Amino acid sequence: MASSWLPRWFYQLASPRWCYSITGKLIPWFAAIGGLLFVIGLVWGLAFAPSDYQQGNSFRIIYLHVPTAILAQSFYMLMAIAGAIGLIWKMKVADMVAKSVAPLGAALAVLALATGAIWGKPTWGSWWVWDARLTSMLVLLFLYLGVMALNSAIESETTAAKSTAVLALVGLVNIPIIKYSVEWWNTLHQPATFKITEKPAMPAEMWMPLLVMVIALYLVFGLAMMLRLRNEILTRERRAGWVKELLGS
Amino acid sequence: MNPKRKKRLIIVLMIVFGASAAIGLTMYALSQNINLFYSPTQIAKGEAPADTRIRAGGMVVEGSVKRDPNSLRVTFEVTDYENKVAIEYSGILPDLFREGQGIVAQGKLDASGTLQAVEVLAKHDENYMPPEVAEALEKSGKMPMPSKEEFNK
Repeated sequence: MASSWLPRWFYQLASPRWCYSITGKLIPWFAAIGGLLFVIGLVWGLAFAPSDYQQGNSFRIIYLHVPTAILAQSFYMLMAIAGAIGLIWKMKVADMVAKSVAPLGAALAVLALATGAIWGKPTWGSWWVWDARLTSMLVLLFLYLGVMALNSAIESETTAAKSTAVLALVGLVNIPIIKYSVEWWNTLHQPATFKITEKPAMPAEMWMPLLVMVIALYLVFGLAMMLRLRNEILTRERRAGWVKELLGS
Repeated sequence: MNPKRKKRLIIVLMIVFGASAAIGLTMYALSQNINLFYSPTQIAKGEAPADTRIRAGGMVVEGSVKRDPNSLRVTFEVTDYENKVAIEYSGILPDLFREGQGIVAQGKLDASGTLQAVEVLAKHDENYMPPEVAEALEKSGKMPMPSKEEFNK
């Protein structure tokens, strides 16, 4: 690691073996805290948070819709950044992260779209409208599916990782479009309730369970990602000495 | 960073910026088509095509909703606080439809400039609150109102 401005852990993460052992230590924590917060957030949001003055109880789907939508976008950014690291530093683990994140992100995008449709029917009067927010979110799902298809279509692991990283990076432009679609254009979807510069347009007893749900979903899906990543590490490193030793063959 | 990695980093940045620029320009060119609906001001200026199905959006004007006692026919006006558009609709309105609520109606403009709607969707704003809080705000006259920018982009 000669002459580098990057911290040591960055290079350690590049070692599949080190990555395998550190995720092994993190998994029980993610499972325990994530599971606990998920139950707390869900019960708090669905049973104890006050109902909305206009939408009544149907607004409670926000406690699933917003976290899944946030995570679907975060995972996309993670996939693109991991892809870029893989392209620039030729880091195998980064390629594996990008590959293991894609199906989870696709699942999250489906959940966000489905909960949105279920919410839209009673409040707006329609399951689906082709407004900018909904359409750009659908594009996100197609990007995930495209990345997954491209990855499985190419046999060589390094070529597959390179091509999917480029596709993920090109698709990265969609993330700010999703975020600002409600400000740039007339949409049916309402603008953001939470802004960095302003107080949330929602009282604390409503947003606190939402915050708990967001953190819980990060932990639960982070856990799912680590499980997939470990599987991927073992598959690709199956010829390495430490994996053979680990599997006792 | 070694020169090889630096070169690859530059290529990656160029991919991201290139894609952003291309898509940004396309979006800018198409911006009017990406809008889901026309605002009453755009309709007043004649930007909305006649004889074809369009969407109009705005706030339902207080006191403008008139229901026909013998049918589902309802007429009302929507505004972006600058201009108004009259809308005629016959059918079931969404639960959130009320005076002062944002809506989006799809239909054709007739000769008198009234939108003959075939579908009315309710648009809700970003404010959430418990009913007691809403009542208290209503009393003190501090109810947050959706900004007019919301209907006039």
